[in-house]
Amino acid sequence: MLPELSHKEIHRYSRHLLIPDVGLEGQKKLKAASVLIVGTGGLGSPVALYLAAAGVGRIGLVDYDVVDFSNLQRQVIHGESRLGDLKVESARERMLDLNPEIQIDVYNEVINSENAFRIADPYEIIVDGTDNFPTRYLINDLCVLTGKTNVYGSIFRFDGQASVFGAEEGPCYRCLFPEPPPPGLVPSCAEGGVLGVLPGTIGSIQATETLKIILGIGEPLIGRLLLYDALDLSFQTVKLHKNPECKVCGEHPEITGLIDYEAFCGMPAHDHDEGSAGEEWDITALQLSSRLKENPGLRLIDVREPHEREISNLDGSELFPLGQFAARLNELDSAEELVIFCKAGTRSTRALEILASAGFKKMKNLKGGINSWAIDVDPNLPIY
Amino acid sequence: MPTLKIPTPLRPYAEGHSTLNLPGQVVEEVLEGAVATYPLLKKHLFNDEGKLRPYVNIFLGEDNVNQLAGLKTLLSDADTLLIIPSIAGG
Repeated sequence: MLPELSHKEIHRYSRHLLIPDVGLEGQKKLKAASVLIVGTGGLGSPVALYLAAAGVGRIGLVDYDVVDFSNLQRQVIHGESRLGDLKVESARERMLDLNPEIQIDVYNEVINSENAFRIADPYEIIVDGTDNFPTRYLINDLCVLTGKTNVYGSIFRFDGQASVFGAEEGPCYRCLFPEPPPPGLVPSCAEGGVLGVLPGTIGSIQATETLKIILGIGEPLIGRLLLYDALDLSFQTVKLHKNPECKVCGEHPEITGLIDYEAFCGMPAHDHDEGSAGEEWDITALQLSSRLKENPGLRLIDVREPHEREISNLDGSELFPLGQFAARLNELDSAEELVIFCKAGTRSTRALEILASAGFKKMKNLKGGINSWAIDVDPNLPIY
Repeated sequence: MPTLKIPTPLRPYAEGHSTLNLPGQVVEEVLEGAVATYPLLKKHLFNDEGKLRPYVNIFLGEDNVNQLAGLKTLLSDADTLLIIPSIAGG
């Protein structure tokens, strides 16, 4: 039995009610629906705003983070007045301002194997708006194991992907990507950047797919992967097939419960750019500043990209972009002490691993990268 | 010559190119041509045994080549191969 709409709701949703494919019954289906949005960042912002505006009756929001200045370039649900506040609370306030008729539940926690079943239980559909591989595999497996629909979206720089996974008749995320790429191959948005409007496009597609599934109209992206290239302004869909050997949805599944996804992916379940190579290998910005006074000739290796040196730079440093690092080891001397740095310490940690595997021993990682130098040593440098 | 589209995350290993035109009668020859020209691409596409890595999906038009004849899928000069990357940003 679908819930009734008040006169106020009929007025609010008038433009939906005018579409024969939605109508009163469709709008009631939206009111009766429940959707969990994991991540209230770039993708989660448009998804949450449009599902709230559309009148989805119960929306859950999961995020453990607080609103940061560098989020506002794309995470349009938040604002400067909410800097430092919990993202789920900032998002809830904006959604209720847009539509106070709906129920919004917030989960200010990291979704993981321990709490995922509890968090997901009240919802029929899960929208994947996360920013990391471990949580994407977790959401996929959770949806397959519970029979929920996974509305997938993912972005990087100018590229976006969207699909609908986990539906019984279609493939799942693991059918396409049985394993994640090794740590370091695919930079996160915190390392590699993203065009601010890109999550608006992909998130809006995820919201569209969610509404279509609830309404039972159109052809959802089940068994298809949408690829969007903002530079070419091209959309392409490719066919996806269920993999009979898929470890979670195949004929003989090996994964019958949630696993340790950080271990499986070999990376943390967040995209915070806060690289530390461990105490033995780290040098802080203040320590480096003292060392440079004693030894101005200390070799500083910058593993960022050339265009990042226009944003901020350390005098006397040499550019070895991480992508070329392994191929240029012959330009470095293992007898010499090296200090490796990047923006915030993630890429430099990977460079240290490459050095270690090549037998180097006298290298240090600038903990927190050049951004920590800007905070602790030279306030004239910008933080980015 | 068939065209190979290089996804953004792999472009640093192909000197920034977004597409490569490479000779080849089958998918394998085009991929081998790509890694011969840009050796840094090799470890991102193939494992130590020379097999495609599980997170690398090659599509010909709408179809995953695994649904066709895999690396032996025949190509014409007008064909475009697409490497679909695994990306996680949100």
